[in-house]
Amino acid sequence: MRLFVSPGSPGSLPVLAAAGRARGRAELLISTVGPEECVVPFLARPKVPALQLDGGNYLFSTSAICRYFFLLSGWEQDDLTNQWLEWEATELQPVLSAALYYLVVQGKKGEDVLGPVRRALTHVDQSLSRQNSPFLTGETESLADIVLWGALYPLLQDPAYLPDELGALRSWFQTLSTQEPCQRAAETVLKQQGILALRPYLQKQPQPSPPEDKAVSNEPEEEELATLSEEEIAVAVTAWEKGLESLPPRRPQQNPVLPVAGERNVLITSALPYVNNVPHLGNIIGCVLSADVFARYSRLRQWNTLYLCGTDEYGTATETKAMEEGLTPQEICDKYHIIHADIYRWFNISFDIFGRTTTPQQTKITQDIFQRLLSRGFVLQDTVEQLRCERCARFLADRFVEGVCPFCGYEEARGDQCDKCGKLINAIELKKPQCKVCRSSPVVKSSQHLFLDLPKLEERLEEWLGKTLPGSDWTPNARFIIRSWLRDGLKPRCITRDLKWGTPVPLEGFEDKVFYVWFDATIGYLSITANYTDQWERWWKNPEQVDLYQFMAKDNVPFHGLVFPCSALGAEDNYTLVKHLIATEYLNYEDGKFSKSRGVGVFGDMAQDTGIPADIWRFYLLYIRPEGQDSAFSWTDMLLKNNSELLNNLGNFINRAGMFVSKFFGGCVPEMVLTSDDRRLLAHVTLELQHYHQLLEKARIRDALRSILTISRHGNQYIQVNEPWKRIKGDEADRQRAGTVTGMAVNVAALLSVMLQPYMPTVSASIQAQLQLPPPACSVLPTNFLCTLPAGHQIGTVSPLFQKLENDQIESLRQRFGGGQAKASPKPAAEETRKTAGPQEIQTLLEEVTKQGNLVRELKAQKADKNQVAAEVTKLLDLKKQLALAEGKPLETPKGKKKK
Amino acid sequence: MAAAAELTLLEKSLGLSKGNKYSAQGERQIPVLQTNNGPSLTGLTTIATHLVKQANKEYLLGSTAEEKAIVQQWLEYRVTRVDGQSTKEDLRTLLKDLNSYLEDKVYLTGHNFTLADILLYYGLHRFIVDLTVQEKEKYLNVSRWFCHIQHYPGIRQHLSSVVFIKNRLYTNSH
Repeated sequence: MRLFVSPGSPGSLPVLAAAGRARGRAELLISTVGPEECVVPFLARPKVPALQLDGGNYLFSTSAICRYFFLLSGWEQDDLTNQWLEWEATELQPVLSAALYYLVVQGKKGEDVLGPVRRALTHVDQSLSRQNSPFLTGETESLADIVLWGALYPLLQDPAYLPDELGALRSWFQTLSTQEPCQRAAETVLKQQGILALRPYLQKQPQPSPPEDKAVSNEPEEEELATLSEEEIAVAVTAWEKGLESLPPRRPQQNPVLPVAGERNVLITSALPYVNNVPHLGNIIGCVLSADVFARYSRLRQWNTLYLCGTDEYGTATETKAMEEGLTPQEICDKYHIIHADIYRWFNISFDIFGRTTTPQQTKITQDIFQRLLSRGFVLQDTVEQLRCERCARFLADRFVEGVCPFCGYEEARGDQCDKCGKLINAIELKKPQCKVCRSSPVVKSSQHLFLDLPKLEERLEEWLGKTLPGSDWTPNARFIIRSWLRDGLKPRCITRDLKWGTPVPLEGFEDKVFYVWFDATIGYLSITANYTDQWERWWKNPEQVDLYQFMAKDNVPFHGLVFPCSALGAEDNYTLVKHLIATEYLNYEDGKFSKSRGVGVFGDMAQDTGIPADIWRFYLLYIRPEGQDSAFSWTDMLLKNNSELLNNLGNFINRAGMFVSKFFGGCVPEMVLTSDDRRLLAHVTLELQHYHQLLEKARIRDALRSILTISRHGNQYIQVNEPWKRIKGDEADRQRAGTVTGMAVNVAALLSVMLQPYMPTVSASIQAQLQLPPPACSVLPTNFLCTLPAGHQIGTVSPLFQKLENDQIESLRQRFGGGQAKASPKPAAEETRKTAGPQEIQTLLEEVTKQGNLVRELKAQKADKNQVAAEVTKLLDLKKQLALAEGKPLETPKGKKKK
Repeated sequence: MAAAAELTLLEKSLGLSKGNKYSAQGERQIPVLQTNNGPSLTGLTTIATHLVKQANKEYLLGSTAEEKAIVQQWLEYRVTRVDGQSTKEDLRTLLKDLNSYLEDKVYLTGHNFTLADILLYYGLHRFIVDLTVQEKEKYLNVSRWFCHIQHYPGIRQHLSSVVFIKNRLYTNSH
């Protein structure tokens, strides 16, 4: 028999590990073939490993090959083994191949990779620990162990993907990995290159789509209508009929907003933007805009909500900026604070407070927390070696040193953190450090500093996390980051700096030092609240009554999820700690990064000059919110989404619904006599609305936006099928039907206006004005779809909501903001996915392919000269190749056409 | 056809008199069988294999090592490829592969009727029913095999009989 394998094919692992079983029973030849070679004659697509049996038949299933080797050795099949192998094929493989593809081909890391397979890993772990035996089917290793080990080895050989809590899985995996046949198979397949050895094979494979979690795509999925039971429909209809009366009473407005006993009190913070930079779109979506959607949603739910943010103003960066601009640090802060506030006002961010950290309250609260930590023995003193630039005559803190990252070799790593690998760096560990101001190389000098004793607080932190995390809405990336910090063990963290612009350290011998911005920046939330109300402690020392949601990009997770909680726990003053930590991934710009210095990307103040309304920006940023994975801002995509989703879908539906009422019924909502079709629409809309609520309650902002678009798609379809514009001209029954459809549609539009409020507040308000939606219905979003525009309701003047974005307009904006130069920026290695062309380019190519195809067919039909036909065919093939490249599809190998 | 219904069909075709009760698990409604002695069994092919043994018809699982491996391979194919396909294109590829495989075979293992034939027949039934006459001719070997299995005693039961035309209508097609 002959075994065909291909370098880097993961299936080779179990097959080679099992091959030893067949030794002495049959002669086994091993042939190596390319990943795209079709060795199994009856399969149209390449498949390795494959085993050609002596009788001529083929085994093309990895498990079946392993099974055959075991059978040859005299092993008997049993139910439990069959069950494991069936599970491996149907449950494990789909998620695992997706995870491996993300890891190896797309260069993703952490939760992106682990997320899809976590459930399957837990299943193996639980089975092992429940049956209390070392192997899957009993006391000895068998077929099931080899097949599963082989499948899991590529992922689990990296300890980062073998979660600590899965102890049984871990010891099973380690036992097998050290056995001789497995060890040898691993060496043969991975060739000591680790997971990268799989790359040549996996990148030739089509991208697997994991069965769940399809929400990662930028495109709307094809919606499948859920099947509804009669009960669901009946419940939805009853709720609908109750109408406006069933709305809960509106909460009275409070000033200041303070927690109320017995109510849900939601405190929302957005990470404090650093004052000396103008925020770019990535900063805006990462915290302020995300938190704003949640805050607006929270208010629509009638929860008692306080949303706060402010500028983070202390630190070296401000001092340096002040030097550059010839101003004092305070003047710099005043100037930039206004710039920030203006930008957020333009984006319609609904802060209750937008404060700043350079206030007496900040000093008071920071020093209080510090004194409490000091008196409880959680502060250490130590000498620190620091970089000092002799030319500038000062210690170079964090961001003012640049050099080569000691972990990943990235050349523009900052003194405190590497932008590429995200690891925290001690400035003196940087290779080839440079002073960012004068570019000379600094020297190492020592100085006395204070440290927060994190190891001593670790136990309290773990206890708190153990109580907080289960059942909370912490995003997976935040959990992953905190877990990896705890796994590496906490170390004392320096909380002082040799600076002037900061909160003074109230301790003898430290008069010329200030607190490190990351000790006191998170305290900014407290001091900003204290500047808003003298009763700030009712929010911040009230963990029982307050639900604290903190929004940020993932680089801020350690400080919010770990450092500040440690300070607060150590201070023993009953602080409110974060209950739900919502962290986004990064937003890229076109195919590179935002860069102020290179002038690449759109920054907050420039968005206003594009002529594109703030709500369109909000919509697009939220539509591509880096939720669960990095995403990229693209001008072409923005044009596409505006013209397809907003203009053609949402805007079109709402406008038509309103126009029918005005044109056919004199602006007066007609009588509705519901048929079973209408009841079903009502139930579908209700279902989607409930889905929207479930998602937003978990701050899955981007996914919830899809629900809005889905409802409007249902609505468009409903109008299209029922054709009220035709029926209005028909007989009595037809006219009644036109009335019902119009009435239903305009009520769906009214519902959409409220659901849209967190995302596009201005558009929402103009829909509500056009429909004259009664004020109680505008400010509350119930969990059911209610009839809020009953028959007889008079609507206002209907006008279009959105404008088409034109190609040349977008193209000139792309030029202006440097999208074209993005290629010059160093691209992180993590994003080596092939660049695909814009939809415009693809469309053009598609048309050319069709045209050329027609030409070829015509020539053939006319029995034209063979050479001429061949020349045109070559052109056609070339065009197809360009198209495949543009679409980012793997090239198909041309197949010889069979002739009969 | 739901997995539980399919297993009930299988029980009857195997001549098992006392019917088992099946529950369904998760989104994909994977069948679960609670056995009298020992833990429950999960998964269509796992339970089907178990039923064959219960009926003392082990020959349906293959008699040589080679046959046994081939039977299990096609059972895996049934639950991954036949049940997992999502587009028309997937179905075409599947029928094409199967057609080419069956070119020189009476049954999936070659000469012996096995559980693989039964479950593949049950799994493909809903697709074959919808094929046009032209498609049935295109996948001629699949049609021949399918027609053969549906006439195998006790297999088809209440499932509709699919009509295959004996004369070729599209002789010039390729």
